[in-house]
Amino acid sequence: MTPTTPAGPAPAHTAPPARLMPGKGEAHRHVLVAIVMNKPGVLNRVASLMRARNFNIETLAVSHTDQPEVSRMTITLRGDDVAIEQAAKQLYRLIDVLKVQDVTYDPIVEHEIALIKVRADERSRAQVLTIAEMHKAKVVDLATESLIVEATGTEAEVDALISLLRGFGIKELVRSGTVVMSRGTGSIEEAVKR
Amino acid sequence: MGTTQDGSGRTPAATKTATSPQEGPAVGAPRERINHMPGAGTARAEAISAGRHEMLHDTLRKEIKSLAERGLKRPRIGADALCEALLLQGVDVFFGFPGGVLLPLYDVLGDYPELRHILVRHEQGAAHAADGYARASGKTGVCLGTSGPGATNLVTGIGNAMLDSVPMVALTGNVVSSLLGKDAFQEIDITGITLPCSKHNYLVRDPNDIPRVIAEAFHIASTGRPGPVHVDMTKDALMGVCTAEHPDTLDLPGFKPNLDGHFRQIKLAAQEIARSKRPVILAGHGVLIADATAELKELADKAQIPVVHTLLGVGAMDETDPLSFGFVGMHGWKHANKAIQAADLLIALGMRFDDRVTGHVPTFAPFARIIHVDVDPAEIGKNVAVEVPIVGDVKRVLKALLPQVEAVAPEARAAYLAEIAQWRDESEKTPWHGSGAWRNGQLSADFVVCAIGEASGHDATIVADVGQNQMWAARYAGFRRPNSHISSGGLGTMGFGLPAAMGAAIGRPDKETWAIVGDGGLQMTSQELMTLVQDHIPVKLALLDNRKLGMIRQWQELVYAGNYHSSELLGPDWLKLAEAYGVPGFRATTPDEVDAAIAAARAVDGPALVHFLIAEQQNVFPMMPAGKGLSDLLEEQFEEPKQ
Repeated sequence: MTPTTPAGPAPAHTAPPARLMPGKGEAHRHVLVAIVMNKPGVLNRVASLMRARNFNIETLAVSHTDQPEVSRMTITLRGDDVAIEQAAKQLYRLIDVLKVQDVTYDPIVEHEIALIKVRADERSRAQVLTIAEMHKAKVVDLATESLIVEATGTEAEVDALISLLRGFGIKELVRSGTVVMSRGTGSIEEAVKR
Repeated sequence: MGTTQDGSGRTPAATKTATSPQEGPAVGAPRERINHMPGAGTARAEAISAGRHEMLHDTLRKEIKSLAERGLKRPRIGADALCEALLLQGVDVFFGFPGGVLLPLYDVLGDYPELRHILVRHEQGAAHAADGYARASGKTGVCLGTSGPGATNLVTGIGNAMLDSVPMVALTGNVVSSLLGKDAFQEIDITGITLPCSKHNYLVRDPNDIPRVIAEAFHIASTGRPGPVHVDMTKDALMGVCTAEHPDTLDLPGFKPNLDGHFRQIKLAAQEIARSKRPVILAGHGVLIADATAELKELADKAQIPVVHTLLGVGAMDETDPLSFGFVGMHGWKHANKAIQAADLLIALGMRFDDRVTGHVPTFAPFARIIHVDVDPAEIGKNVAVEVPIVGDVKRVLKALLPQVEAVAPEARAAYLAEIAQWRDESEKTPWHGSGAWRNGQLSADFVVCAIGEASGHDATIVADVGQNQMWAARYAGFRRPNSHISSGGLGTMGFGLPAAMGAAIGRPDKETWAIVGDGGLQMTSQELMTLVQDHIPVKLALLDNRKLGMIRQWQELVYAGNYHSSELLGPDWLKLAEAYGVPGFRATTPDEVDAAIAAARAVDGPALVHFLIAEQQNVFPMMPAGKGLSDLLEEQFEEPKQ
């Protein structure tokens, strides 16, 4: 092996602190709202970008808005604040993306809907119904061996209900992913109204 | 088989439902044909049938021809709209290769003689040529490939333009729109492939969309942070009648690059500059893209700040300027790296803190606060946390910043600049082989590159390939003019040199063009030698032949304990190859033959190749090993490496 010669300069200042690396902070759940042009492939663009930039989408809900040419995506993902800011900035690079807002720290209404098919026979049905009622969930289908509970609420609320129902045996579970809206008269879509 | 159908169930008229197997045809009676088209009888099935038929028979084209034969004016088709749109965007040359679905375009191309088409030998060459053209001329480069393999061959060049922010419009044809998704002949989901490696892409199925899409594509490719835009057009979009006019305005609500820096951030930057004792400007490709070289020099002069470059920023400042100190990074100048490591303020202009520049980030510029100017907000804080971010076009930001920067008298910074100049004097001596001979007298690559720079008066466009030759070119050719140095920085695409030089020579016909390539890279795209001859493109090729994949060999020697594998490379007899292509070839094997060989190549009217038989084991020094920082440079040891 060729011996190495470290070629360090001799700066006269203080001992160097390590330069900050972005994205090494504490990761937690973030909610991003993206207002996008309703064009073919826009979902693919967003999903492909998040994959390519090494972000892992936890939930993604997409739908039209009041303007037919504009769609709205609600994305939840985990990361530190710097990483999520980077994700938002990368999303802005997409030509079809009109606006991205991290609403994690904003006053928002946050909901998702879950349909939970729970095993419930004559013995356990009453118990399941009580739990559903206490979580303000509705029973939307009833069969001899099971019933379907429709729950709405924040991700944490739905999680709580699911964990209580798990003991009875969950046959099937589907969740819509989180959707959010800012509280008050302000609108996330305001800036892109045309 | 008693029907008049053409034998495959292609005809749209074949709408009868299939005979059910139970009630098979009676013996002796004419059998009824089975129509295998899924959903036969529906409009969609008919369109698919027509598309397949048309792929084989070109019926639409015949229709156009027959109209022309009847003495009628040829209707304006999508391909005409494309040619018009290109001309409207100021395109005078583009690089392409035809294919089945592009034939409607090539059918009308002859009607637009002001649009020069250069027939390349491989679509990758077209994309790199458009890239080189764009970098040398500052205009948007255009390349063209057919569907399927033609399109996938463009992808490397599109990715290369993406990572180096080069304005490019890549055009591809695709199968007839009714066959999209049917795995038709030469069909591939090319917009799906280019999606993550282009700035934006389009799939055009309607001829009336072509004028708008091409206008948008050029706008997106060249505005803000430039990049490649891919436009995929189906054959029916190219063939169909187009009535749409070219748009006067564009409606792109999601594309509004912020070009002016925020005034408060600019004020902060001016304060940082006033406070700092050891400022360094790190000039990137953005300075050249924004055409901000004059403003860069003004800032450096006014505040007496030394300027170092990224690899792609080479040429942003005349290297003979007393404040210009060469490029930084993995194989950059030791003194430039030292200047960064000892700076108390780093003014990063139009660059993105690539890992080849920063090395190990926690040890990068440890004493420096950082001002980062870039037009792409996503680059701010992506790799390195910075103190003063400014999102904006480098030229506009510098124009706003300059009046606020306090002038510094040269004497006030004399000691600081003298210190860096002293480092430079030391670092320029160590890896330099001024005699032209490396160790046992073999030809030294740095000497060759330097001789080319001098012979061409440091005014030629010099295009590097990738690897050791690229680093020698950047270090020793001596760049004095903006955009005279062209190199594949981000993607590091071997084979880039020759085709990119082809584009650069066409983009700047007033300048001499040299391609500095290695024997590995040239073997990837040597077929374009024929294009040079056919289109009389006067590229001078300097082939630095060490019979090795030099940079691979260097890493295997220095990092992998001399475990050489697959870095030995056989090459052809290069002079015979050049001769076979009709390119005059010259050879230099010793230092005293170098000048004569270069002069002979320069005297050729047209392309020429100089084969420099350089030392096999010469490495590029200094070198920052992967994972290390700018202060941990390896330097050349003057002893034979252990084999």
